[in-house]
Amino acid sequence: MKSDATLDCIGLYCPMPIANTAKKIKEIKTGQVLEVVGDDEGLKEDMPAWCKATGHEFLGMEEEGEKIKMYVKKTK
Amino acid sequence: MAEKEKATIIMFSGELDKAMAALNVAIGAASMDMDVTMFFTFWGLNVIKKDKVDSKSKGILKKMLNVMNRGGSRRLPLTNFNMAGIGPWMMKKLMKDARFPSVAESLALAHEMGVKFAACTTSMGIMGLKKEAFIDEVDVYCGVASYLLEAKDSKVNLFI
Repeated sequence: MKSDATLDCIGLYCPMPIANTAKKIKEIKTGQVLEVVGDDEGLKEDMPAWCKATGHEFLGMEEEGEKIKMYVKKTK
Repeated sequence: MAEKEKATIIMFSGELDKAMAALNVAIGAASMDMDVTMFFTFWGLNVIKKDKVDSKSKGILKKMLNVMNRGGSRRLPLTNFNMAGIGPWMMKKLMKDARFPSVAESLALAHEMGVKFAACTTSMGIMGLKKEAFIDEVDVYCGVASYLLEAKDSKVNLFI
């Protein structure tokens, strides 16, 4: 999937990937897509939950071995 | 813009593991655009004490308490496997290896993300602690009414 920015969260545990995503999303423009790359299993549930709570759009995820790539579209 | 949803956490305990859990929830809630307040009371005050405290407390009992109960985020024990300080040392090493923030780092991050820190003046009075004993991040020194004002409108309310 195409993205406008990437956030590396490999090796980080909850709540750091979510906390870093919340910071990073402020740096991109509305309508742009942020790619978050992590390897904490819990992120598969947490990233959609974070999107639901903040109103940003969860576009989906791709798994490459241990790597989980998640795509979030900034909506506001 | 609509008012933000609120989360309130009472940090009553003064152990490393419980402080970690409470700070994780606080950082998570702040990440989810919530307005978060942490109330530190009783043993929880140890979490936000400076590492070096000159308590200047009056009275032998208060002085004794503040020597035995020094506090500071780097000096917290564990609820289990404390083993006279070996447990916390091991846990801190494991946390560091996992690139997990220390309690001091989590406090700084939470505060940077807008989490409000409140210290209970009743516990401070009983234990003989002054404002100078606490880290600069403490936003407000207050009592139960201030806590309840926040808590009554909050969707998440935890006692840890």
